[in-house]
Amino acid sequence: MEDVILELSGLSTHFFTDQGEIPAVDKVSFRVHKGEVVGVVGESGSGKSVTSLSILQLIPSPPGKIVSGSIRYKGEDLAKATEKRMKRIRGNEISMIFQEPMTSLNPVFTIGNQMREAIRIHQKISKKAATEKAIQMLKLVGIPRAEDIVNEYPHQLSGGMRQRVMIAMAMSSDPSLLIADEPTTALDVTIQAQILDLMKKINKEEHTSILLITHDLGVVADICDRVVVMYAGQVVEKGTTREILKDPQHPYTQGLIRSLPKLHGREEKLYSIPGTVARPKKDRVGCRFAPRCEFAFERCFKENPELYQLGDGRESRCFLHTEKKGERLEDATTNT
Amino acid sequence: MKLDEKNAQQIVPNPVDPGQAMEADEIEAISPWKDTFRQLRKNRFAIIGFTIIIFFILVAIFAPLFTSYTYHQQDLVNRLQPPSAEFWLGTDHLGRDIFTRLVYGARVSLMVGFIAVTGALVFGTLLGVTAGYFGRWVDMIISRIFDILLAFPSILLAIAIVAILGPSLENALLAIAIINIPIFGRLVRSRVISLREEEYIMAAKAQGMKNGRIIFQHILPNSIAPIIVQSTLGFGTAILEAAALGFLGLGAQPPTPEWGQMLADSRDFIQLAPWTVIVPGVAIMLVVLGFNLIGDGLRDALDPKMKN
Repeated sequence: MEDVILELSGLSTHFFTDQGEIPAVDKVSFRVHKGEVVGVVGESGSGKSVTSLSILQLIPSPPGKIVSGSIRYKGEDLAKATEKRMKRIRGNEISMIFQEPMTSLNPVFTIGNQMREAIRIHQKISKKAATEKAIQMLKLVGIPRAEDIVNEYPHQLSGGMRQRVMIAMAMSSDPSLLIADEPTTALDVTIQAQILDLMKKINKEEHTSILLITHDLGVVADICDRVVVMYAGQVVEKGTTREILKDPQHPYTQGLIRSLPKLHGREEKLYSIPGTVARPKKDRVGCRFAPRCEFAFERCFKENPELYQLGDGRESRCFLHTEKKGERLEDATTNT
Repeated sequence: MKLDEKNAQQIVPNPVDPGQAMEADEIEAISPWKDTFRQLRKNRFAIIGFTIIIFFILVAIFAPLFTSYTYHQQDLVNRLQPPSAEFWLGTDHLGRDIFTRLVYGARVSLMVGFIAVTGALVFGTLLGVTAGYFGRWVDMIISRIFDILLAFPSILLAIAIVAILGPSLENALLAIAIINIPIFGRLVRSRVISLREEEYIMAAKAQGMKNGRIIFQHILPNSIAPIIVQSTLGFGTAILEAAALGFLGLGAQPPTPEWGQMLADSRDFIQLAPWTVIVPGVAIMLVVLGFNLIGDGLRDALDPKMKN
């Protein structure tokens, strides 16, 4: 396809610590097309945030470093871009919003002041024009009394409002790509829905591609077109949201979906995947999910599975796809 | 402003608990500075401190209006006179009017405090921000310099500096400023290190903001509270250190009426004419007390925990 906005290929970000080299992101590849919402899903520690920070070259270095792979943004490799070039891209071409709206704003300045600053980094306009632009952006994200809000301090706004302000700030330079790192995690459910609606609206009306980092499959189901599932620094499954939610191929994705609480059909006990995400280690042998996987067999502990192409752009990193083809997979899905 | 205060009084029934008060009037837009000022006014001790300092500042500015003598005018006939209508606070061993010397001495002492603190503040903050923000080897070098400076007892270091440069008020000032640099530097550095991890700094970077901009826009405004508090406290110590250097004969040279110097000159007559020692001593104590009270008050008023 022509309209690829962002393409990660074989991106590896390692952290060099006293305990050795930790591959937090290990050969991650995926694409974001124009006007598309792509979700990156995984538990804490799966490397999704590091992936998003790597795209903007915001990994604290040292200890973090992009060791290989490329990040192609509209054909330009950001992994090789200079810091100067990155400063022009950040907030201008690619914007980012963070998880904690409570701490993403500077407590000592008014909303207007901070938005003005953000706008004037990339647009050479007067203070007055910047203020007008700020008010206009605040209205766009559905903030009532935008003219008053610009004169208020962050602590006077609620979490949902602050996240709207962050989105307004991120959108003020009309970016082609918005990276949202758990934008709704810290918000309560009703506000969460509003923020997701807002992001959908931005995606539709401004044709901004969105890369949504989340651990919440509910959020994914709501707004994502395609999903990338990550586990311990690796992509374990890729596909469209519909396919992944209806017919998950990788045991990890199946587990994630099973552990969602359902409103109908009360279960005795909510399912949870046993164990926790293993700390990524270099030269690890075997499937990273194997110790927690209920389908794991000998080979899973001896060899590293690759991403198997399952057709229609679906990929899954599991040996089940090679063993007894199809049949075994049927079992796996009916079990859940 | 008056109206503002009234509102605050109404909304805040219990001025002892500013933390709760701030929750109550969240709707109202308040600038952090106005807010700080309001908090400060609730603190009686801070008001006392302010009164003392403003009093001494006025005395220093209008010194010639208070007295008909000059600070270096000797009157050997009236040596070591006790306080009287003629000499309000008595005279010293050279027959100089102590009140006059005290009043002119306020100029010297306040100036010493101001210049030494400003110098330490500017260089300490610059070094501290650089060390804290950039980290790694920059931090390594700057922090080790601070450690070295702090390893000496401050007065000893000041003595060493003055001994090298020669005794004069200017060199004493320089020495006091230098020994105070690491105090500000470390304070700012630790503040910056914790601020650096704040999400709004990351957000600013994600917006493409440059380092200098981040420092001046985000880091410094958020570090200003502890810096102000340390400044007021440092003011007191700077005056004390100047007095100590003056006492040792390494500060202001006669006949400059520096309070520490006055103490030193009179120490031989402590039994014969105690007022010659008590008067400058009390003056030093009052100014230091005043600054400390303001510093304590500011610390409470600027504490973010009490605000949000």
